[in-house]
Amino acid sequence: MYVAVKGGERAIDNAHAWLAEERRGDLGVAELSVAQIREQLALAVNRVMAEGSLYDPDLAALAIKQARGDMIEAIFLIRAYRTTLPRFGASEPVDTEIMACDRRVSATFKDAPGGQVLGPTFDYTHRLLDFALAAEGEVPDVATSAPRTETTPHITDFLNKEGLIQTEVTAEDVPGDLTREPLELPANRPLRLQALTRGDEGFVLSMAYSTQRGYARNHAFVGELRIGKVPVEMDIPELGFAIDIGEIELTECETVNQFQGSKTEPPQFTRGYGLVFGQSERKAISMALVDRALRWEELGEDNLGAPAQDEEFVLYHADNIQATGFLEHIKLPHYVDFQSELELIRKLRREAMESTAPIQEAAE
Amino acid sequence: MTAENKRRAWMSLLAKAPADRLTALWQAYDAAPTFHWLRAPEIGATMVRGRLGGTGAPFNLGEMTLTRCALQLDGGEVGHGYVQGRDKDKAQIAALLDALMQGPEAEAVASAILKPLETEMTAAKTARAEKAAATKVDFFTMVRGEDK
Repeated sequence: MYVAVKGGERAIDNAHAWLAEERRGDLGVAELSVAQIREQLALAVNRVMAEGSLYDPDLAALAIKQARGDMIEAIFLIRAYRTTLPRFGASEPVDTEIMACDRRVSATFKDAPGGQVLGPTFDYTHRLLDFALAAEGEVPDVATSAPRTETTPHITDFLNKEGLIQTEVTAEDVPGDLTREPLELPANRPLRLQALTRGDEGFVLSMAYSTQRGYARNHAFVGELRIGKVPVEMDIPELGFAIDIGEIELTECETVNQFQGSKTEPPQFTRGYGLVFGQSERKAISMALVDRALRWEELGEDNLGAPAQDEEFVLYHADNIQATGFLEHIKLPHYVDFQSELELIRKLRREAMESTAPIQEAAE
Repeated sequence: MTAENKRRAWMSLLAKAPADRLTALWQAYDAAPTFHWLRAPEIGATMVRGRLGGTGAPFNLGEMTLTRCALQLDGGEVGHGYVQGRDKDKAQIAALLDALMQGPEAEAVASAILKPLETEMTAAKTARAEKAAATKVDFFTMVRGEDK
């Protein structure tokens, strides 16, 4: 039970003023601008947008500054802001086939049309600290080459042609929205993907890793990973047609998973899917692995009792704002609760002492 | 292109245009058409959807910010502004341009503002595609002993 207490206003005001001073840090060091965070800490900005469930790089950068770099606090700020916005509608589902790919790799097909495009990746770096960045570093010239003008086809299309991979059933059902309706179980796959794409990166990564280590192993290959911009189209009721209302960066991961067949399905490859705001490939791959693990029932696989197969466990613990809200509230005043706990413990001890005392006497 | 498709194209261009460039081109055009608001600029969000596996049933991915407004010029043309982000000035310029593009100034507006914007945005997109193309892997097979 939480009972309101009064008092402490002056202490709170003073604490917040000190917080503002600490946030600014040493006045001898130049202040960080929101634009600098947006441009130079772009992957942090992407994570805040993905888990904050709001695509707006300037707002995410501001949240990171305000939160002093505490990512979950920044995500919390974005989630809170998001609830104040009126919703103008929903977009048409984005078409990732027409993505202008900055990066596109496949671990399954070397010679896929469109090729292996590495993009601005950390892969193949030596993970050695670059002390040149601590000085005023100059940016190297970036090489260019004749650009690809055609769209880049999805890798799974090639497997689809041979019928070797399970196909996605096209449908136009309006998906449930867990930001509007409380999440109820069993959840369908659209709701699971919404929960995963805004879920905590660390949590989703660990769940995915557990499947690789053998807890509901499903042998995932990264069929394709692509990062780039896609237009967002929305129907405008007063106009009677749809227009692009903007352009967002996305990371998409499709896994191709070994599948021996089951009572209901022939042997074929199956799929896991990840789609995340921004350049967020660790998250997108993790999401695809967890998505695949959660599909055990629809594919007629056995429930091995693995955490990543447990929809309730995964979906109810993936949200870091729910988690941190409940976790951190226990540090707030619980004086009255605790007073009653104290009374109870004293009473129990008294009773225990009284009942054991005569036995001790008899033993002497 | 039909009239509707033309309008879709310019509205889509304006929604994605960088605000600073749109503002600069609008100021350089130096027009101040009189109008009244049908809907004052308001900031909101839209739910962006994806599809299962890229091609299946839709799911909710997350929201994005956008700003919208509607106005009417004294000449009667109604303009709508729907732009990405939280920028009421950008939405207003977009709505004014949408209205002007339906009137006698259409050609002048297109050549002074829309064409340069489109050229710049295409150039930026191409520059990125050129950098991506330079990171495409060329595989080669190692020469093995038995092939000699």
